[in-house]
Amino acid sequence: MKKSEKIAGNVANYVDERTGAAKWLKKNLTKVFPDHWSFMLGEICLYSFIILLLSGTFLTFWFDPSQREVIYNGSYAPLSHVTMSASYASTLHISFDVRGGLLMRQIHHWAALIFMAAMIAHLMRIFFTGAFRKPREANWLIGVGLVTLGIVEGFLGYSLPDDLLSGTGIRIAEAILQAIPVVGSYLAFFAFGGQFPGHVFIPRIYTVHVLLLPGIFLALITIHLMLVWYQKHTQYPGPGRTEKNVVGYPLMPVYMAKAGGFFFIVFGVTAFLGAVASINPIWLYGPYTPGQISAGSQPDFYMGWLDGLVRMAPPLETHAFGHTISWNILLPGLIVPGILFTGMALYPFIEAWITGDKREHHLLDRPRNAPNRTAIGAMSLAFILVVLINGGNDIIATHFHLTINGIMWFTRIGIFVIPPLVFVATKRICLSLQRADREIVLHGRETGRLVMLPHGEFIEVHEELSPEKKFTLTQHEQNLPLAVPNTDSLGVRNPQGIKGKLRARMSQANAEQVPAPSESEAKALEGGHH
Amino acid sequence: MSNEISKFSDPGLPEHIHRKSDSDPMAEKRAEQQVAILFLISALGTVLTIASYIFIKQGTFVYLPILGDVEASQLFLGLGLTISLIFIGFGAVQWARRLMPDTEVIAERHEFRSEEIDRKEFVETIKERAATAGLGRRSLIKRSLGLALGLIGLTPLVMLRDLGPLPKKALNETSWKSGTRLVTDPGNRPIRPEDLEVGSVAQVLPELPEGTERTLENIGTDAVLLIRLRPTEFNLDAKRLSWTHNGIIAFSKICSHMGCAVALYEQQTKHLLCPCHQSTFDVTRAAKVIFGPAARPLPQLAISVDSQGYLVATQGFTEPIGPSFWERSS
Amino acid sequence: MKLSLGRLSSYRRHKLAAPALMIIALLSIGTTFSIASALPSTSKMEATAQSTMIDEGKQIFARGCSSCHGLNAEGSSIAPALVGVGAAAVDFQVGTGRMPMADMSQQAMRKKPVYNAEQTAALAAYVASLAPGPDSVNDAQLTWERDGNTAKGGELFRTNCAMCHNFAAQGGALTQGKYAPTLMGVEAKYIYEAMITGPQSMPKFTDKTITPAEKLSIIKYIKAAQSEPALGGASLGRVGPVTEGLLVWTLGLGLLIGIAVWLASKAR
Repeated sequence: MKKSEKIAGNVANYVDERTGAAKWLKKNLTKVFPDHWSFMLGEICLYSFIILLLSGTFLTFWFDPSQREVIYNGSYAPLSHVTMSASYASTLHISFDVRGGLLMRQIHHWAALIFMAAMIAHLMRIFFTGAFRKPREANWLIGVGLVTLGIVEGFLGYSLPDDLLSGTGIRIAEAILQAIPVVGSYLAFFAFGGQFPGHVFIPRIYTVHVLLLPGIFLALITIHLMLVWYQKHTQYPGPGRTEKNVVGYPLMPVYMAKAGGFFFIVFGVTAFLGAVASINPIWLYGPYTPGQISAGSQPDFYMGWLDGLVRMAPPLETHAFGHTISWNILLPGLIVPGILFTGMALYPFIEAWITGDKREHHLLDRPRNAPNRTAIGAMSLAFILVVLINGGNDIIATHFHLTINGIMWFTRIGIFVIPPLVFVATKRICLSLQRADREIVLHGRETGRLVMLPHGEFIEVHEELSPEKKFTLTQHEQNLPLAVPNTDSLGVRNPQGIKGKLRARMSQANAEQVPAPSESEAKALEGGHH
Repeated sequence: MSNEISKFSDPGLPEHIHRKSDSDPMAEKRAEQQVAILFLISALGTVLTIASYIFIKQGTFVYLPILGDVEASQLFLGLGLTISLIFIGFGAVQWARRLMPDTEVIAERHEFRSEEIDRKEFVETIKERAATAGLGRRSLIKRSLGLALGLIGLTPLVMLRDLGPLPKKALNETSWKSGTRLVTDPGNRPIRPEDLEVGSVAQVLPELPEGTERTLENIGTDAVLLIRLRPTEFNLDAKRLSWTHNGIIAFSKICSHMGCAVALYEQQTKHLLCPCHQSTFDVTRAAKVIFGPAARPLPQLAISVDSQGYLVATQGFTEPIGPSFWERSS
Repeated sequence: MKLSLGRLSSYRRHKLAAPALMIIALLSIGTTFSIASALPSTSKMEATAQSTMIDEGKQIFARGCSSCHGLNAEGSSIAPALVGVGAAAVDFQVGTGRMPMADMSQQAMRKKPVYNAEQTAALAAYVASLAPGPDSVNDAQLTWERDGNTAKGGELFRTNCAMCHNFAAQGGALTQGKYAPTLMGVEAKYIYEAMITGPQSMPKFTDKTITPAEKLSIIKYIKAAQSEPALGGASLGRVGPVTEGLLVWTLGLGLLIGIAVWLASKAR
């Protein structure tokens, strides 16, 4: 036995005698993970979170979260002797007087954007493939919670430097707080320790940003991953893949190497962005003061849709009995986002109620085979995209020679018109794709080769699909609309009331699909051909 | 359901196709070398990182096409870090792809639902345990515990009370009073009407009593925009017209929507635009909202001149400035 | 600093301040006049040169500008009167090629000037002769490199200019398709003239609200922003988080997904 093996053996023995870990590890080191690029989106989230923890810790060593006024005398000349808060000054210090400080700041900010973008992409993957279905509803809820917290965490993070741009964002957040009926002005005064901007807000959000929220993140991510581990990963349909198995590569060594390697790749790509692309150049924005503003004041993209909603809101306020309710703030700032996120969180339960499906699902749907769900997803994306466009309307206007008023009206109307159109179009596209699948399974793939038949007619040669491909294209379930009784046993009409009717209608819409071809159909056709 | 029965059958996992490196020892050797080279590039990246840290001074610039002059220490430190990280990743992934077993394996899944007997026994255990504690019977204990737990949630709420003072009238107040001079921001110079030409603007703040420091909270409520038009261009009622002076009109710069600084004045159209949410106000009609989400005009400040000919406020704002809040009465 | 300012302003409020100022002003005017009249020959020559220039300007105006601005620059329904706008406005509008306008679009754009420097000066002289207005800025006044203060200029810029022209002077959107142009590469003279004349949508900033020294500081700040090298890498247009978001979804997530596809692919 080699010496290194002996040492490893001793360590393993020491640990196992105290924990009995060997049994558990033995089983789990061979745990199978299916391989697909879209399964890496969640990993990008996890890794960028780790990058955020590392780079963020680095930044805290110099950052001074204080709104105490100081006079800057660091090495960035254009701000020399300008009065500013200590947090802005220390961010300048990190950027220009700490070696690698600006790089770390940029890595931290790029990682935050990648974290959010990857979370959204991951969420889209889960949604469009139906991975949220039983038994994974809890993990969906945790995911929605993580996205929501991510938006808050990101906002607090970019607010910390106390620059003119982020200060404007805080000003807007304060206005939203202040607009909450009955308790708004109290909440605002409590949050800011008095009149805006005060001297306590940045130290307070600093604690939330570096301690409270990362702690919650860590807890939620742990549960999220434990559930993935315990419930085993979903897989795309294909030959050999069933609801009862999982096909892929073992944790040790393949998955370990790939996942571990991918961490370094994500870190590398983030470092690359941090090295070559400037992000949040706070030294150009200047220190925050409520009397200044810059053209094109926008939040980061994950808040941009909110800003777009606020911009397009109708100018409505109710004044009655000596009180004011600002619908122009509440509607776009709290009510619509609240409905969106609640709807998103509840979606798995709504879909299960519509389909009445109580089975476990481990095989993913191809998006085209769930036309209704795919259309709902596309509709929601269209909604977000329309408001996001409005969130950047000033930049779009100057770069494409449009008018902000024109874009505003386009999105104000588009928000009602475009999502339903996208819904209908997506559903139609899904159904035509299903039809195309059916066609190709029954008649084979067009090869583009023309052959002349003995009697002079030209036909295109169709190549038959492989059995694997045929199976993949036809394995999906055929949805059946839920049978909702019109009369119950006692002859009462429509026993479940409006709810039942609604459920029947939705179930019918949900079940709309092109029948998958069967082997017998294929055989019958073959008979006809030859 | 007929097509359920005659579905295309599952042909099972496709046959495993071997890689070159599985059968050809030369290819295996090449793959091994490739992985090693990737790891070595990473090592070089670390050398570059450390060298950049030590040798490149901050404030050194290199010229790059497209990017122009780039700060060298930031760039090379970053590129070194990129290389050192990403090539470890590429190496590890390539090792897995080329050399580790690539045969797919199958693991069985089991339904999560427990066996019927386990479920039954679980319910029984729960019931039995609960019974020993008297959970079913002792309603007095249960209710009092419920009360105690419910109340304990109030503690953090109460204890957060000292986060800040009560707003009281603070949201209605600014530093403007009758006779307060308008001074330039920045510069703190008082302004005479003749200092402003038609078509000009000035960002102003109230003159503070000597010895007082201006705080950001002051600016957040006091900031005012001064605009000079031709007196004939106004379309105001008599009261609002009397708040202007020789064509000079003053508005709170804090947006009535969400508090951004509305200072974007278009001299030809006489419109004020808020760059945050694009509410547009018509200056000639006392900052009436003509576009965007704002629901109220910007509060107008009544101005005149004092005995020395400097512009002063003739009274404070007659309504709260800035975004709306519950206690606001109009 | 604060104290001395306070003391100065208290002198200003002194009841003798106004008469004292008046005497000083009269004295200085008298002195200037006597110096000027001591050199009769040059001033006479200048006067003739001036009047020929005005004539020349009048001719150019009649040919190139009067169809919109009226024969005597009295304005029309489609163009403003130019009486009293001064030489600075003409120098800015014609010198930057904004006038004459190519078409009746929302806003005159900067383009290659139609008239050369002399013709522009002649036009300016003609318009200035109609009624007094701000004079063109000459290079001797533009001592921003020496007298400007970048940090002060930055503060002034953020309070007075950034709301339209953006924090880094890259320009921004106004209502109905109008826009505040970028200030990158704009000559110091034109920046100065724009501030005193308020071209198109831009308001005027008089010398009392923003002193000439402060204007030079603003110019110095703009020039500093323009020549600032890429401190953190590619600037992404310096328009804020919109382009950053675009980059993260395209290059950032694009690269990562591309690599993920490679990672999950089967090696041959």
